[in-house]
This record gives sequence, C-alpha cells and structure tokens, in this order.
Amino acid sequence: MLHILRQIAKCGIKTEPPPPPADEMVTVARLQKKILRVLGRALTIRQIDAGSCNGCELEIHALANPYYNIEGLGIRFVASPRHADLLLVTGPVSKHMAIALKRTYDATPDPKLVVAVGDCGCSGGIFGESYASLGRVSNVIPVDVAIPGCPPAPVALLQGILAAVSVAAPAAELDAESAAALRTEPTMGSGVARLPEGAAELAPDAPAGEPPARVGDPP
Amino acid sequence: MNVSPLGVSSATLACPVPAQRCPVNSGQLLTACRLAWEQGGQLAALWASDERDRERGFCVHVLLRDRDGLTLLDHTLPDGGARYPDLSTIFPVANRMQRAAFDLVGTESDTDDPRPWIWQAAWPIDQFPLRRDFAASPKWEPGEEDYPFVRVSGDGVHEIAVGPVHAGTIEPGHFRFQVVGEKVLRLEERLSFAHKGIEKRFETLSIADGSRLAARISGDSAVAYGWAYAQAVEAIAGLELSQRATWLRALCLERERVANHLGDLGYLGNDGGFAFGLSQFSRLKEDVLRLNRRVFGHRLLMDVIVPGGVTHDIAPESTAEMRTQCASLDREIRLLRDIYDDHAGLQDRFRNCGRVTNELATKLGLCGFAARASGVADDLNRDGDVAARVAVRFDEALESLRLIDVILDALPQGDIIAALPRFREFKPALGCVEGWRGPVWFALESGPTDAIRRCHPHDPSWQNWPVIEHAVIGNIVPDFPLINKSFNLSYSGHDL
Ligand code: SF4
Repeated sequence: MLHILRQIAKCGIKTEPPPPPADEMVTVARLQKKILRVLGRALTIRQIDAGSCNGCELEIHALANPYYNIEGLGIRFVASPRHADLLLVTGPVSKHMAIALKRTYDATPDPKLVVAVGDCGCSGGIFGESYASLGRVSNVIPVDVAIPGCPPAPVALLQGILAAVSVAAPAAELDAESAAALRTEPTMGSGVARLPEGAAELAPDAPAGEPPARVGDPP
Repeated sequence: MNVSPLGVSSATLACPVPAQRCPVNSGQLLTACRLAWEQGGQLAALWASDERDRERGFCVHVLLRDRDGLTLLDHTLPDGGARYPDLSTIFPVANRMQRAAFDLVGTESDTDDPRPWIWQAAWPIDQFPLRRDFAASPKWEPGEEDYPFVRVSGDGVHEIAVGPVHAGTIEPGHFRFQVVGEKVLRLEERLSFAHKGIEKRFETLSIADGSRLAARISGDSAVAYGWAYAQAVEAIAGLELSQRATWLRALCLERERVANHLGDLGYLGNDGGFAFGLSQFSRLKEDVLRLNRRVFGHRLLMDVIVPGGVTHDIAPESTAEMRTQCASLDREIRLLRDIYDDHAGLQDRFRNCGRVTNELATKLGLCGFAARASGVADDLNRDGDVAARVAVRFDEALESLRLIDVILDALPQGDIIAALPRFREFKPALGCVEGWRGPVWFALESGPTDAIRRCHPHDPSWQNWPVIEHAVIGNIVPDFPLINKSFNLSYSGHDL
C-alpha cells in the first residue's frame, strides 16, 4: 500500500498544464477548457469498431491516459449505445459489421452525434470499397464529424469530439466568446470536417466525384 | 525438416530463415504433416491460391515450422471439385484455416466441419473472392447467416451471446458462452466481422505500395507486419539490406513490443480491479508513443519500415532521448511489477485464471509470449495462467528495453534505404518476424510488372484464438475479459 501511495505522490498530476505556445499540447489545454464550457455536463461516448485495423482504437485508448484525461472532462465511454450521446466509429465499415453498426445507431437515443474516426472512417482509407468493405462510415449511417488521420492522434480526436459537441449545442447555450470562437476558429475546421445534413464528407485526400449513396438513408 | 524419406523434391524458398518448398500429392501431404508433428514441428499457416490461369487448378499451401526452419508444401488440386486431406486431425489449428481457404478460394478439404469461417452472407456462398475471375456485384447486400453454434443442454444451462459490438473499446467479434450460474461450460468464438478483403486488396497494388497496407493489417503490430512484408519483398528481389537499416528495424520492433506490453499490463490491472495500474502503465505507454513520434514521425511507427530499408534515420539527440527513456522505464516497470506482485487482490484474480497447460498449448500450437507463459519452447515450469502471461509480459518488456540499449550502442553506420530493382515475375517468397504477440508470416508471390499476384499475411492470433476457448472452461464469466486481455489477440489480423 505504501508503495502505491508513494508512486502516486511521486507521479503527481500528469494531466497537461497550460503549456508554452506552439507545443502540440497547447491545443489540448485549450480544447479541454472549451469542452468544459460547451458541455458543462457529461458526455457519454459509445465506441464502435466497424472494421478498423485496431490502430484507431489504440489512439482512442490513449484519450483515457493521464495526459489527456478525458474522463476528467466529464466525457465517459459507456458500454451500451442506449446510454450514449455520441457514437465514435472507426474503420472502413466491413460488410460483416454493417448490420450491427446500423442496429447500434438505431439503439442510440436521439439526439445523437456520430463521429467517424480515421482515414478509413472518412473515406474507406487504404481498404476502400470492395466485396467486403462498404468504405466510409457515412455510407452506412449519417455522420456529423469526420476526423482524418491514420490513426488520428489523441489531440485530433479531442478536436473532433469538440467539433461535434459544438455543432450540437444550441447557440443560446454558449457564451458570446466561445460562440464566436466556434464560428470563426479554423482549428476545428483544420482536419475536422463538419458535414451538412445528407452530404458525404470530403476527406482531404479523397478523390472528387459522385459521393456514394448512403445505405443508411431512408428510401 | 528432412523431406527425403517422403520421396519428394525440394527447392530452396526465398526467405530470411532456411526454407524449402516441396510439391506434394495428397498422400505425401498427410505423411509430411504427421512426420512434422512427431518431430515437434507445428503448422504455421495454411492458405490456397487460384492457379487456373497457369493451368494448374488450385493450390493449397501448407507452411510447417520446426527447429530446422520452414517447409512449404504445395498441393495442387486439378479442379474445383477435388479435395485434400483434413489436416486438423494432426494439427487442430488447421480447422479454421481450411474453412477460411474454402470460403475465399473454394478449395475443399475432407473435413467433417463444413461450417463457414470467413463467409457471413455478404456475398453468395458459391462465389469465392480470391478466385481470379471473381467479380463483386454492387447488388450484394450485407446479410445475416445462421451460424450453427454448438449448444450445451442440461439443468440450468443457459447461453450468453456477446458481440460483435463489445462493451469496451475493442475490435468486433462474437462470443457464445454456455454457462451454469457463473461458470463457463463452453465458449465458442465467431470471428471475421472485421473481414475487409485485405488479401484481394493486395492484388490490386504494386509490390512497393503493398507496404502501406501491410502496416495496417493489425495496427498494434505495424512494425512486425511492415518488416515481414519487406523481408518477403527483399527476398524476391534478392536485395541485401544495409546493416544499419536492419538494426533500425529491430529498434522499432522492440519499441512496438514495449508499447503493447505496457498498454496491456495497464488494462490487465484495470480488469483485475486495480485502476491505479491502468493510469500508471498508460502514462508510460504514452511516453513511448510520443517519443516514437518525435524520432520516427509516427506514434505507432506505421510506414517507418519500407521495402529496401527504413524511412527515418536517428540523430544523436534521439539516441540520447531513447536511452534516457529506457533507463526510466526500466526503473518504473520494476517498481510497478513489485506493486502488482504484492497486491493480494490482483494476484487472487490472476492466479489459476485462464489456465493453459503445456500439453494443451503444444497440442493446439499456441505461439508467441502466451506459449512461453505455458512453458512451451523453454521447458520451464510455468503455470500458463493469467499470472504467468503477466509475468512473461513484464520479462519481455524489460528484455526489450535491454535490447534497445544494446541496439543503440552497436548501431552500425551506413545507408538506411536502397532502391528496389524490377521484380522477377511469379517468384514466391516468405517473410517472418517475431512480433510482440507472436510470429507474423507473409507469403508473397510477384506477378507481372511489379504487381502482387498473391499475398497471404498470417497472424499468430489464428493459432491462439482457439486456445482461449479452452482457457476459459471452468472459469467464471466475469473473468473472461481478464483472460481475453492476457492474450490480447488481433481480430483484424485474423479476419483480414
Ligand atoms: S485510419 Fe489507419 S489506423 Fe485507423 S483503422 Fe484505418 S488504417 Fe487503421
């Protein structure tokens, strides 16, 4: 027991303090404040691996480490979609996961947010569309925010989650400063694309052309 | 393995370890496998290929490994109707590989288990994606199959179905438990939910481009896969790698091993009810990933290894940083190990949980660190339980830190990358790397104009998944996550 306490005392609090400018963690500190301001309450996330290579999962795990401390922000990963506000979906959607993904989406109470994670979630990534893969997440369920990267670093994941939440929070709930920041600040736009309802997102390096039909659309 | 008693010819196979390739008929295939088993050999991988365009029907490839090296048995089936002997009677692990080979190529074995393994009703059952004339139709909708799970009946027996979407942030798969009260009578796994057509995708890429896909077969083993793929490519090209590039690859592989063991040791503590372990180990893992990013440009070291060498050289400052990190990790891991060892609650969960005896491990061909935790290979008397797997992970993480130091001390000078030549067509080769989970295999054959004709990656999880079904028997359901995590197998690497 003494060992444990000593180790805890020795480690101190690792959650990133406000860092010097230009450090990659600047974003984290700012994001953390913003998430708190925007949310002011708990956000629950249900993660779904719809066919990823597991690289994206490793970075989502990292959000829970003491540096990013996502739980300290009131954001929790929950075991059931019925308890979730936001679905965090990785992978190109394998055909074998398509039905399970749609069911999970249906089981999530409205209003719900969907964040597609990684180059695969954004565009199908290196796996693309094939006899076994349906490609991007928005081909199967509606997506609010897509976070590119292979895999996206934890900071980008935090940015994406914030983008989704700020999109969902009614403007009246935001104080003037953060509302202005959310409207104008390009940090959320850089690397994180907000999708208009019904549109397929364009990942930075996705080929232009007809967006594929969304399987999740009502007929 | 000495194949001369079988009366078959053998040719050397391009591979970084001694390897031979032998064409066999069905009788010789069976005898060779029996002989290998009797001499302590194991089945490393089994896959099939469509050779009809070269008028050779279909070919079943059986890769055996023993102390002498590798033996690849090539068994030709003249047409789609012919069958080959069921090898699962010798190597039980062959069962799923044979079923997968049927689902993807349509080669049938004499098995009495005709259930699909990769196929899940997403394409017609009489279509085989890895045949060369396969054409996917946009009309094929994802479907639902009715998989015949084996049921246990009796007083108070009930069934628990879990997945494919799991409660935690993990990959998709389905587990079917038959339980009485809390006790597990039987577990059956149903995998292939993450099947995204990787082998077919390889056939659309050039040999050079295949490397990016190789690193994304199982993200937690990007280095092991990247290296094994590069080995196969370099073997085809007959390319001699610079010493420095080889050593830098080894450095990456050990850093990948440390990162994965640290992550899992944290989760094992957490699943054992000791959240302190998770926050400590996840902090250490993050330190490793951040330094990876600074030194090699990628937290998970994806694409650092490319055919011909590596993309990043290391500067003297990076060497110093890695050395300092090794020293501090070594200190911290030893301290945390003492804490884990002294923690009665944790040890109570770890000991005698999810036990795999040496005999079972050998029979089922368990591989990697999990096999070492069951005393396979080193003949040490180990218990094969979660505690033993935790102990081996601690040992291997510490050993990797030592190796990183050794590598940094002895890193030879030289180039880090060489240009790739044009590839000879129809040349087969193998790559193999002992990744953190176990051996990763790559079988590669070149096609015309530097294209990939056939590529079969093989993850150690193929060997180890069936063992978990045995390891949980008699344990309680709540211990399953702990047992599962102690192996931490790849779904994506298995499902392809
Ligand atoms: S985006 Fe990259 S890391 Fe994520 S699932 Fe796809 S290949 Fe893997």
